[in-house]
Amino acid sequence: MIKLTDLSKKYGVKKVVSKVNLSLTTNKLTAIIGPNGAGKSTLLAMISRLVPSDTGEIFLDHQSLKTWKQNSLAKKLSLLKQASSFELKITVKELVEFGRFPYSKGHLTEVDHQKVNQALAILGLKDLVNEDISTLSGGQLQRAYIALVLAQDTDYILLDEPLNNLDMKYEVQIMKTLRYLVKELGKTIIIVIHDLNFAASYADEIIAMKNGKIFKSGLTNKIIDEKVLSKLYEIPIQIQNISGKPFCLYFN
Amino acid sequence: MKKIVWALILIVLIWGSLFAGASPISLKQLVNGNSQQQLIFLTTRIPRTISLIIAGATLSICGLIMQHLTQNKFVSPGSAGTTDSARLGIVIVMLFFPNAPLLFRSFIAFLFAFMGTILFIYLINFLAAKNKLMIPLIGVMFGNIFGSIATFFAYQFNLIQNMTSWLQGNFSTVMKGNYELIYLTLPLLLITYLLAYQFTIVGMGEDITKNLGLNYQFIQLIGLAIVALANTLILIMVGNIPFLGIIIPNLISIHYRDYIKNTLLLTATTGSAFLLICDIIARSIIAPYEVPVSVVVGILGSLIFLSLLLRKEPL
Repeated sequence: MIKLTDLSKKYGVKKVVSKVNLSLTTNKLTAIIGPNGAGKSTLLAMISRLVPSDTGEIFLDHQSLKTWKQNSLAKKLSLLKQASSFELKITVKELVEFGRFPYSKGHLTEVDHQKVNQALAILGLKDLVNEDISTLSGGQLQRAYIALVLAQDTDYILLDEPLNNLDMKYEVQIMKTLRYLVKELGKTIIIVIHDLNFAASYADEIIAMKNGKIFKSGLTNKIIDEKVLSKLYEIPIQIQNISGKPFCLYFN
Repeated sequence: MKKIVWALILIVLIWGSLFAGASPISLKQLVNGNSQQQLIFLTTRIPRTISLIIAGATLSICGLIMQHLTQNKFVSPGSAGTTDSARLGIVIVMLFFPNAPLLFRSFIAFLFAFMGTILFIYLINFLAAKNKLMIPLIGVMFGNIFGSIATFFAYQFNLIQNMTSWLQGNFSTVMKGNYELIYLTLPLLLITYLLAYQFTIVGMGEDITKNLGLNYQFIQLIGLAIVALANTLILIMVGNIPFLGIIIPNLISIHYRDYIKNTLLLTATTGSAFLLICDIIARSIIAPYEVPVSVVVGILGSLIFLSLLLRKEPL
C-alpha cells in the first residue's frame, strides 16, 4: 500500500504539490489526470524518491519511504518518466536486461533471461531485440522503456504518460497490457495520463489533480462525470455512453 | 578471425616500438649477448613500449568513463578540467615542496585533478546546459582558468620552462627506474572492468540509474576518482597527450556501440595501438632525433576528430 500524508513540494516560491493526503489501493490501475502544471509528474517522482518532498511522509507497505534501501526499493517500485532520452548506442535487449539489475547486478540467471524475454514478448519487441535503440521510432522506443520497467518486475509500477509517441494500436495494446499485469500478476499500477477516454475505459480508480491539490479522487465512474471534469479542466465536457462505455467529448 | 588479425597488428606495433630508435638494435645481436644493445633494450626500449601500451589504454578508458558519466560524447579529461587542475597541483608542489618524493607529488596532483573534475561536474549540473556542445566548451574554459593560474605562478617563480618540458607528452625520457609508477593505473583499469555494467547504466542518466537501485552519485564519484588518478599518473609520468580520450572511445562507439562490457578491451587496445603508431612516427620522422609524441598525436588526433565531427551521423 502507498500512503501519502501532508505531502508538499515547492520549486522556488511556486507550490507544485501542496498538502496531499492520499491512499493508493493495491492491485488496481489508478490513473492520475488533471490540467498541465497540476503537479502530477512531481507527485509520481516523489513517490519513487527521485524528487525529495519538502514536508509530509510517504509510506510504502507501512514503512516510511525514506528508510527503504535503494536496492530493495528498486525491486518493489519502478518509475518510467516521460521523455527519458539518452544517446547510448545499445540494443533493445541490452536495455531491457538492465531492468534485471536490482536482482542480478549484471550477471543474468535463467530467471532473469525469462523475465526479459517475457517483457520483450508482451511489448511486441521480439523482432527488434538486436536493433540499436538510437535507430528506433518514438513509439518503439517508448515500448522498449516500458519493457525495461516490466523486466524490473516490481509490485508497484509508476508510469508518467506512457502513451506518449504511440499510435492507436500500441496505445490500446499498452493499456491492455497494464490491465493484464494488474489482473493476472497482481501489480499495482499508477499512470499519469492525458487521454480521458483511456482513463475512463481502463482505470479502476482516478485521481484528479489541480493546482497541486487533489481535486477529487475515487472510483472511475465517480470521476468521469460531466460536472467534475468540466470544472477540473475549465472547459465544457460532455459524456456519452457508447456500447455501455462512457466517452468524453470536448472538441467544441 | 578478426581477433587474431587485431592481435597480430598489436604484436607488429609492439615489435616496431621495441626495435625503432636512435641506436639500431637487432634481435640477433640481443640473443648473441651484445651487452650494450641488451642494456639499451632493457633500460629504455622495454620500459618505453610498456609505458606506451599502458598510457594509450588508460587515456582511452578515462575518456570512455568520462563520456558515460557526463552522458556526453565530447567530454574527456582534457576537456573537463581534469588535466589542467592536475597541472595546477603540480605547480603548487614545485613551489612549496620542491624536494618532495614523486609519490607525494603525484598525490597532490591527483587531489587537485579530483577536486577540479568534481567542480566541473557540479558546474555542468548547475548550468544544466541543454546543448551537448556547450558542456565540453564549458570544460575547456573552466580548464583554462586553472591552467592560467598555474601559468601565472610558474611565470612568477621562473618555472615555465620546467613545467612545459615536464608536461609535454614525451616518451623519450621513460627509463627503467623512473617509470614504474605507471603500473599503478593497472588496478584502476581492473576496477573499471568490474564496474563496466554500472558505468553503462550511469550513461543512461540519473533517473534510470536511481530507478534501478543504483547510487548515481556514488558511482559517479568512483568514476571521477579513477579518471583523476589515472590521468594524473599519466600526466606525471609522460606528460599531456591530447585528443586520445575523445577520438578512441568515439571511434569504437561508432562501430561497436556503447555496451561497455563489450567495448572496454577493444577501446583500451586501440588506444595502445594508436599511441604506439604515433610514437614510432615521432621517433622516425627526424631520426636520429625525436619530436615529442604529443605533437604527432595532436596532428593525427585533430584530423581524426575533425573527420568524426564531419560525419553525417551524429556521434
